[in-house]
Amino acid sequence: MELIVNGNRVEVEPQHGEMLAHLLRERLGLTGTKIGCEEAECGACTVLIDGVPVLSCTYPAARAAGKSVLTIEGLAFSRPSDGEYPHPLPFSQKERGEYPHPLPLSQRERGEKASFSTPLPQNKEYEREFSLHPLQEEFIRHGAVQCGFCIPGQIMTAYALLQNNPNPSEAEIRQALKDTLCRCAGYPSIVRAVQSAARRLRGEEPLPPLVAPVVSEQGKPQPSLQVIGTLQPRPDAVEKVSGTAKFTDDLKFPGMLHARVKRAMVPHAILKRLDVEKARALPGVAAVLTAADIPGEKNHGLVIFDWPIMVGIGERVRYVGDAVAIVAAETRQIATQALDLIEAEYEPLEVVADPVRARQPDAPQLHPNGNLLKHIKVRKGDMEQGFAEAEVILEHTFHTAITDHAFMEPECSIARPTEDGRMEIYVGSQIPYADRNQVARALGWPDERVHIVGQLMGGGFGGKEDIAGQIHAALLAHATGRPVKLLFDRHESLLVHPKRHATQIRVKMGAKRNGRLTAVETELYGDTGAYASLGEKVLTRATTHSSGPYEVPHARADCYAMYTNNPPAGAFRGFGVTQSAFAIESMMDMLAHTLRIDPIELRRINALRVGSVTNTGQVLRESVGLLDCIDIVAQELKQRAGDHPFTPRVVEGQPHLRRAWGFAVAYKNTGLGGGAPDKASAEVELFENGLLEVRTSSAELGQGLVTVLQMIVAEEFALQPEGVRVLVMDTDLTPDGGPTTASRQTFMTGNAARYAAQSLRQALAASLAEKFDVAPERIRFVEGLAQVNGHSLPLGEVAKIIRQEGRLPKASYEYWAPKTQPLGTGGDMHFAFSFAAQAAEVEVNILTGEVSVLEVISAIDVGKAINPLGLQGQFEGGIMMGIGNAITEHFIVENGIVFTDRLARYRMPSIMLTPKITAYAVEHPVEAGPYGAKGVGEIVSIPTTPAITNAIYNAVGVRIDRLPVDQEVIVREIAHA
Amino acid sequence: MSTWTSYYLPQTLAEALAILQTDPHSKVIAGGTDLLLELQQGRHAPVRTLVDLSAIAELQKLEQRKEALWIGAAVPLNRVVAWQPTRQFATALFEAASLIGGPQVRNVATLGGNVAHALPAADGAIALLALDAQVILATPEGQRVQPLLACYAGPGKTALQRTEIIVAFLVPLSQSGEASAFRRVMRPQGVAIAIQNLGVWLRREDDCIGDIRIAIGPAGPVPFRAHQTEEALRGKPLTEETLDEAEKALLAEARFRTSPHRATAEYRVHLAGILLRQTLQTAWQRTQMDLEKEAVSLSVKG
Repeated sequence: MELIVNGNRVEVEPQHGEMLAHLLRERLGLTGTKIGCEEAECGACTVLIDGVPVLSCTYPAARAAGKSVLTIEGLAFSRPSDGEYPHPLPFSQKERGEYPHPLPLSQRERGEKASFSTPLPQNKEYEREFSLHPLQEEFIRHGAVQCGFCIPGQIMTAYALLQNNPNPSEAEIRQALKDTLCRCAGYPSIVRAVQSAARRLRGEEPLPPLVAPVVSEQGKPQPSLQVIGTLQPRPDAVEKVSGTAKFTDDLKFPGMLHARVKRAMVPHAILKRLDVEKARALPGVAAVLTAADIPGEKNHGLVIFDWPIMVGIGERVRYVGDAVAIVAAETRQIATQALDLIEAEYEPLEVVADPVRARQPDAPQLHPNGNLLKHIKVRKGDMEQGFAEAEVILEHTFHTAITDHAFMEPECSIARPTEDGRMEIYVGSQIPYADRNQVARALGWPDERVHIVGQLMGGGFGGKEDIAGQIHAALLAHATGRPVKLLFDRHESLLVHPKRHATQIRVKMGAKRNGRLTAVETELYGDTGAYASLGEKVLTRATTHSSGPYEVPHARADCYAMYTNNPPAGAFRGFGVTQSAFAIESMMDMLAHTLRIDPIELRRINALRVGSVTNTGQVLRESVGLLDCIDIVAQELKQRAGDHPFTPRVVEGQPHLRRAWGFAVAYKNTGLGGGAPDKASAEVELFENGLLEVRTSSAELGQGLVTVLQMIVAEEFALQPEGVRVLVMDTDLTPDGGPTTASRQTFMTGNAARYAAQSLRQALAASLAEKFDVAPERIRFVEGLAQVNGHSLPLGEVAKIIRQEGRLPKASYEYWAPKTQPLGTGGDMHFAFSFAAQAAEVEVNILTGEVSVLEVISAIDVGKAINPLGLQGQFEGGIMMGIGNAITEHFIVENGIVFTDRLARYRMPSIMLTPKITAYAVEHPVEAGPYGAKGVGEIVSIPTTPAITNAIYNAVGVRIDRLPVDQEVIVREIAHA
Repeated sequence: MSTWTSYYLPQTLAEALAILQTDPHSKVIAGGTDLLLELQQGRHAPVRTLVDLSAIAELQKLEQRKEALWIGAAVPLNRVVAWQPTRQFATALFEAASLIGGPQVRNVATLGGNVAHALPAADGAIALLALDAQVILATPEGQRVQPLLACYAGPGKTALQRTEIIVAFLVPLSQSGEASAFRRVMRPQGVAIAIQNLGVWLRREDDCIGDIRIAIGPAGPVPFRAHQTEEALRGKPLTEETLDEAEKALLAEARFRTSPHRATAEYRVHLAGILLRQTLQTAWQRTQMDLEKEAVSLSVKG
């Protein structure tokens, strides 16, 4: 057949069963079109056919015969040759691979600093190659690009809209993008980017990016900073908007095999028999491996090595996703056929379906040490006294559901044996060094023989900390001597990777009539599923945060982290605190209601502040911005709803619709804490072309670490961020930044980069001082120059000088976080906490029980807003994930069997659910943080769910104590009331 | 995954019918938004040959005729929605079709597929049923016209032969004094299919309901036409009393079931009454309005 692809005539014969997305990606090399689900659910694969946006993952390639297809790769080139778009923004473009910055932002500086713009290159070819469409430019400029995996779909869908409707309303933009999902969920930025692009295409001025205003702590001196605090676009944004960004599945190697995994699909059983001979005999199959073929350690894990790489004969299957055999074949199709030829027999065992059952003495024991992973205890004061002093005591039990990260990019690993006998693993992983260690142990090798080559990651949110396919791919590559790609489809991704812990949380709370808390007792059951993953750590965080960001004189918490036959649970943005915040913040509203105290006032009375002692016995000495967050949100609320935001209102003309606001606060630790050694390394090197490079293994999953690191190094050298490139996630080339988890990267890796940059600066100054015979203090670095004695040396020259002296213009720094104490020993359990207050307005339909979130106000104490543009993405995305957690997301497992095994059954919020969002960045700096910064990634999402459920109570009097919100329950409860 | 080995894009109905007759393992595909997923996920028996109907001009026609709209079975839903006569003369269908799937899906999904997939709560089918649409079929024996419900054999089971092709739907024009409406209730978790949906067409005669048709899903194995409820309303003024009677009749004749993770029967019973009242009232109000004007202001929800 013949078709036109991006203006080029293509002749190609469709293959059996082939979809257009595969034709484009696999045979035409147009990997800008992404596959997120293969279920026509996510929109990542959107392309235009004869100008109409369709989902190429479910569009038969054969149907495209004679049609014209436009993909993201074609968009950048579709700029009219004669022409300039109206209001073109100047942009500079360095060589590829150098993290180019396309656009000097008009808002780059908050003050009146000089623009960093570089003139457009004169070379015509060059210019044409990088002509971005205004949509692509505006997505970058508005910070709408985060992990980038959904972006080709977003831009193509938006492009189709603008072709037909040059001036779309916000409602029309939402309609058009309704089914083009973004899990980073910067939906408001996406809308604004589309509006701004539409304006430019109409010949009007673009819109400025919208970012949260910054409110600083009163009385703190503001350091003078040049780069930190300015709006910076991502260094990888041009690739991400143009479709040239390579994610792991976009890579191909000569001779590469395709792997698939035979999953047990039974939740609890003994593997009795396994026959892989028929699969081995299938033509095109290169290897079939079982547990017996693992050369090294049989288990993997992050803290506890309890997760079998494959379950062997006679061994226990503990969840449906357990692997029993792995296959590598010439094509994915053959590998899939081979899976069907593998025969496995199981002796089924009683399924342990929930953590409460798991703790009963007669429950089947899943691990050698039983079902209890850990009993976690928090003890403060004297509970008897606390409750005796109380004038009111409330008690209630809450349940939270399992949820899935649903990152847009399903897991993919490629293992490649190298000629020198090593193994390269191409993977987007949150902990490259842990991957290296686990792969090496499975192979029985020293760590150094494995090389993790980090790839762009299409979202992680905690879900890419554990091993997915890395070890299986490595085993198959080792066995066959060929590169092996192991790609999960969405179905496998949903079945296999660790989830958010389901919990049962009982809270007993005592207070004085004046609202002062006297005692909080919590009992948590956490479902950590089949394997430990980070379950102990997650549930420790759930437990220590379970009495909320309040000063409670008497506190006690007991958490039972239990193994079950459900999919494992591990890290997920919020890390346990999402669950316990829902319980405690619901209780606080119940207490406010009982005591007839304003819910905001009740929180003010009890809020942690400087000098408070937490429930783990930590004295907070600085950086407690909770009261400021509360006040800011309260003020915004007052503007909107006067003095009674929590009173229900009937929507005019719609007597069945009730509206009300709800309020919640939260806190979340930054860093590992609890006495764990917490360190991050980074190195900074100066090259002879004048560029600086910062290197660390910490992971970029879309959250914006690379921008933060670039800005920090630029700040230290007083130059523009374009002068700094960033390399991350490579175990050969970058030092260990530690796990990308616990909202720790800005603080930990940021500090490492900052101190490495300072060391390098000092080393350079020392060398120049010697050479030019001046005092080192008299040497300054400004705008890419070293100023020595009134002379200016370009940094490239400095690099040459240092090298001529036989030294390397490079400095490393291993940053150790301030020491923390283990739980139960008192003292500083964490070195920093972030704080948040949020209010949500909901509308409840009392006839159907349907709930919608209309508006969210958010104030987050982040210590220091390093990059407000990236921060905005976190603010927006965090709220959207909180809405999902409250309203849409429910990973359903029934007796160990996963019901939500397709994206069609697991809904994450679409752009249609986006409320109006008003966000503030509050800056109560941490002394030890980089420029005062602390963690951001998790706190932004934590209070959203209870703010929503409290609003539902305020609107219709129904207390939601089980997540997600069930509209049927609301109707039933209203009827009972 | 190889789910088919031959894919045909016939240009004419005759060509398509010929392939279906000669290849016993062939099956028609329109937009394929349901069928392809079922094939990919192993929920449909493997198919060797797919006969794609999207290139057949006759199935792509939208025509306003004297008494009815001719809506080609393979016209993508977004075109059905964007076509002014749909809004004006078949408002329930406009509302239903704009709610099916997402925008990209609607650019390929078709009404023919919505009916052939035979789900009892398919939004398009419920609207077509309320509008009393007739189905034009092409068969090896020639064309045939039949009522919509004759296409159904059971949940997910069509009564159509493998060699039969839905060519078009004939949707009677709502005349002056007549109007239709469609509503549904979803839940935000899980599969995006309506918990309950309902379509109404009615003719107003002074202050009474002259004639009425009500379709509801899921309320049985196939899209359900609520004849007894219609009877309870026909000739009556639209009063609270009439509505109460109608609701009683609906609950008596329709069968509501619990579907796990979606809705209990009790909730569906509750919703059926609400949907009946709301949709009825919307359609009633529309009979008094300048339809064209109102259609423009109808916002697409979903």
